[in-house]
Amino acid sequence: MEHYNMNLTLKVWRQKSKNDQGGFETIQAKNISSEMSFLEMFDVVNEELINDGKEPVAFDHDCREGICGMCSMHINGRAHGPWDGTTTCQLHMRAFKDGDTITVEPWRAGAFPVLKDLTVDRSAFDRIIEAGGYISVNTGNAQDANCLPIDKHNADLSFAAAACIGCGACVAACKNSSAMLFVSAKVSQLALLPQGHPERKTRALNMVAQMDKEGFGSCTNTGACEAECPKEISLTNIARLNREFIGAGLTTEK
Amino acid sequence: MLNAKIPAGPLNNKWEDYKGHCKLVNPANKRSLEVIVIGTGLAGASAAASLGELGYKVKAFCFQDSPRRAHSIAAQGGINAAKNYQNDGDSVFRLFYDTVKGGDYRAREANVHRLAEVSGNIIDQCVAQGVPFAREYGGLLSNRSFGGTQVQRTFYAAGQTGQQLLLGAYSALERQVALGNVKMYSRHEMLEIVKIDGKARGIIARDLVTGELERHFGHAVLICSGGYGNVFFLSTNAMGSNVTAAWKATKNGAYFANPCFTQIHPTCIPVSGDHQSKLTLMSESLRNDGRIWVPKKQNDTRKASDIPEDERDYYLERRYPAFGNLVPRDVASRAAKERCDAGYGVGTSKQAVFLDFAAAIERYGNIEAGKRQMGNISKEEIIKLGKEVVAEKYGNLFDMYAKITGENPYETPMRIYPAVHYTMGGLWVDYELQTTVPGLYSLGEANFSDHGANRLGASALMQGLADGYFVIPYTLGNYLADEIRTKAIPTDHPAFTEAENKVKETINKFMTIKGTKSVDFYHKKLGKIMWDKCGMARNEQGLKEAIAEIKALRAEFWQNVRVPGNEKEFNPELEKAGRVADFLELGELMCLDALNRRESCGGHFREESQTPDGEAQRDDANFSYVAAWEYKGDGQYELHKEPLVFEECKPTQRSYK
Repeated sequence: MEHYNMNLTLKVWRQKSKNDQGGFETIQAKNISSEMSFLEMFDVVNEELINDGKEPVAFDHDCREGICGMCSMHINGRAHGPWDGTTTCQLHMRAFKDGDTITVEPWRAGAFPVLKDLTVDRSAFDRIIEAGGYISVNTGNAQDANCLPIDKHNADLSFAAAACIGCGACVAACKNSSAMLFVSAKVSQLALLPQGHPERKTRALNMVAQMDKEGFGSCTNTGACEAECPKEISLTNIARLNREFIGAGLTTEK
Repeated sequence: MLNAKIPAGPLNNKWEDYKGHCKLVNPANKRSLEVIVIGTGLAGASAAASLGELGYKVKAFCFQDSPRRAHSIAAQGGINAAKNYQNDGDSVFRLFYDTVKGGDYRAREANVHRLAEVSGNIIDQCVAQGVPFAREYGGLLSNRSFGGTQVQRTFYAAGQTGQQLLLGAYSALERQVALGNVKMYSRHEMLEIVKIDGKARGIIARDLVTGELERHFGHAVLICSGGYGNVFFLSTNAMGSNVTAAWKATKNGAYFANPCFTQIHPTCIPVSGDHQSKLTLMSESLRNDGRIWVPKKQNDTRKASDIPEDERDYYLERRYPAFGNLVPRDVASRAAKERCDAGYGVGTSKQAVFLDFAAAIERYGNIEAGKRQMGNISKEEIIKLGKEVVAEKYGNLFDMYAKITGENPYETPMRIYPAVHYTMGGLWVDYELQTTVPGLYSLGEANFSDHGANRLGASALMQGLADGYFVIPYTLGNYLADEIRTKAIPTDHPAFTEAENKVKETINKFMTIKGTKSVDFYHKKLGKIMWDKCGMARNEQGLKEAIAEIKALRAEFWQNVRVPGNEKEFNPELEKAGRVADFLELGELMCLDALNRRESCGGHFREESQTPDGEAQRDDANFSYVAAWEYKGDGQYELHKEPLVFEECKPTQRSYK
C-alpha cells in the first residue's frame, strides 16, 4: 500500500459545556499521514493546539480497536465517517486525500446531550438496559452449560445481534433519533435463546417504554441505522422487536 | 512477614474447606454494609453484580461513559475452563498444572488451583446469562486450543469473547442498578483511598464531567482497575487504561507485587510511525491455524508470495516441534525478536514476521469439499471454500487487520510483531484477595496472584470472572462479618478532608505549572525508556540507566508539563496528567524489581540468565519468591518476600520442545 501525506481543513464542532451554544471552528491539519487512524489525526491536531496554548478538542475514545463503542464522531454527515461497518477509531486517513475539508460533529440527538465539543452523554442507553436488557440469573444459579443445547442457527443469529457495541451511531444516523436498532439488538439476542424466554414479554415492553421515556424518536423504517452501524447489525432485528412487542402487548396479563 | 493466609490441608480441599468455615453475614446486616468497587471490567462488574445480588450496598465507579466500555471488552480469543467437553484428557488438575507451568513457577499454587476449580462454573454462569458462545451443529458448546496447552479447553464467541462476557457481566450489573442494590458512577475517577484506623474506609473520586471532587464511604474497597501496560505508552491496552487506583493503594500501604512481570504478546500489528497511539492485538487463537515464518535469507525484500516454500523458516515449528506455533506467549515473542534482531524481519520496518493462513485455507477447503461430497473440484474452488471457513472463525480479526494496514490477509500473510499486552504483576493480595491494607481488596488483572511470570492465553477472562463471581462473595463476607457493628462513617470525618485536600493539592499543582510540553510528550518518552530497557530483554546496565532516566524525566514533568483548561470542567488532559504522573513512579519501581530479579522467568528475560540455546534460565534457589514492594516515600521502596512453596508442581526447566 502506498503511503502519502496530506494537508486538511477541519470544521470541528466546539462547545464549552452542556449549556453553551457551540459552533464550528476551522482548524488546519498539516502533514497527516495516510497511515494514521482518524483519532490519531486528532491526537496530532490536539498536540498542536496545546503547543499553541489553545484548548484541545474533547472527544470520547478508549479501546481504539472498534469494540468498546466509546468513539462517536459524525464525519462529513455520516456516523463514524465514510467507511461502511467501521467505527471512527478504525477509520484510517487513506480514506481522505490532500486538500480535503472534513466536517466533524458530535452525535446529534436530543437524548444524547453534548457534554463538550464532540463528547455526548449516552447514559440513556444504560437506563434502557436497566429496564430489562438482561436475564435474571443470580451468580450460582446456573446448571451445567451443556445441559441446554441451542440450535446453531439461532445461536449464530443471537451472536450477530449481541455484536452491538452500544455506540449510538444508529441514533445519530436516524432522522428521528430512534434507538430501535440498539434496543432490538438486545431484545433479539435474548429472545433467540431459550434462557431469555421467561422474561421475554416484559423485556420487550419495558425496554421500549424506557426508550420512549428517554426521548428517542420512533422508527419509520428508513434503514439509515443499519447502513451506518459499525457492526452491521441487521434491520431484521427491528422486525423481530416489533413482533416481540406486539405479541407481548396482546398476550401479557399485566 | 507477609501472610498469604493459605488454608491448611491438601491442595484440592483448601477452597472447599475455606468455604465451609469462613464467616457469614446475615441478610439483614448485609443491607447496612457498603462496598466500593473501582472499575467495571470483568472483575469489577462481576463482583459488583454478585455482591449486589447478595444484598450489600454497592457503589461502582468507572472512568468511561458506561461500565460496558471497560477494556475487558477488547479481549478476543476466549476463556479457559476445565470442562473436558472434548474428552481429550482435561481436568482441574491439568488446567492448574498448565497455568503454574505456563507462569514459569512464580504463581501461588493454592490460588491457581482455586481458579481451575471454579473455571467450569464461569461457563455455566455466562451461558445462563445469555452469552452467545460458539456452538457446534448439535447445539453444544465449541472449543479451541490456545498456547501452552495440549487440550482444547477454550470457549469462545468468534473473536469477540471478551465483549460477550463483559456484556453478560454488565447486564447483571445493570440489573442490580435497576434493583437499587448498586449505584453506578460512570465518568468518575478514583483519586485517593481514605484510611481510618488503618482500614480502607472510602475513596475520593473526581466527577470527570463537572470536575467536582466527591467523598464516598465504604466498609471495604475493591480495586478492579486492570493492568498497567500503558506505562509503555504503546500497548494493546485502551487509551484510558491506567494504574492510578492501584498506585494510590500502593501509596497508602498496599504492597505492589512483581511489577516487572509484563507480558509481551507475540501477535500484534506492527508500529507504522511516530503518530502511533496504540497497538492492536491479533488474537492468539490465530496461531491455531496460522503458521509463523520469516525468509531463510537475511534482508529478503521479496513479496511473501514470491518466496518459495523451501526458502521459508517456520522458526517456531523448527525450534519447538512439540508445541510448534502454540508455544506460550513469552517464548513466541522472544523468538520473533531474535529473528528480527538477526536481520530476518519483513516489511518496511524489518520489525515484523509473517503469520500465514494459506495452508489453513487449503486444509479447511479440502475438509469442506469432503463434507459436502463435492468430488473433484478445482484448487480455486477449494481456496474459496477454505476462505469461507476462515472468515467464519476469524472474520472480524481479518477485517480489523485490513482496515488498519490496508492489506488483505486472505491473500497475503499478516505482518505481526510483539507488543505489550498484559501485566502479571499487581497489588499483592492474600488468598482472600485482600491487600496488605485491611478492607482493601484487589481483583482481576489489578492483582498479581494467578499468572506468575507469564499468563497463558484465555486465562485473563477466566481469572477476572473467577475473582468477581466466585471468590470475593465468600472472602469479603469473612471480613465484613466483623464489621457489622461499624456504622457508616460520615464523610466529614477528618480522614476524608485530609484525603480530599491531598487530591486538590495535586490538581492545583498540575494547573499551575503551565509548562511547555504536553502530557503525551512525557508519556511517550517514558514509554520509550521502558520498552528499550525494561521490555522484552533486560540487563543490569540498561535497568540502572532506565532508573536514572525516569527520575530525571519525572522531575522535568513536574516542572514543565502543560495542562490546558481548568480543573472545574471536563478536562481530558488533566485526567491524563494524573495517570502519567503515576506511571512515572511505577516505571521506576518496575525497573527496580527487574534489577533485583537476577534470573529469567516467563516474560521477564534477564540477558545475564539464559540457557546455552537462548531459553530463559530460572534461578529457583535464589528467586522462588514473590517480590512485594512497600512504598516508603518518593522513589523509596522496601522489598518483602513471600516464599513460593510448590507441593504439586515440581519446578522444572520449562520445555515446549
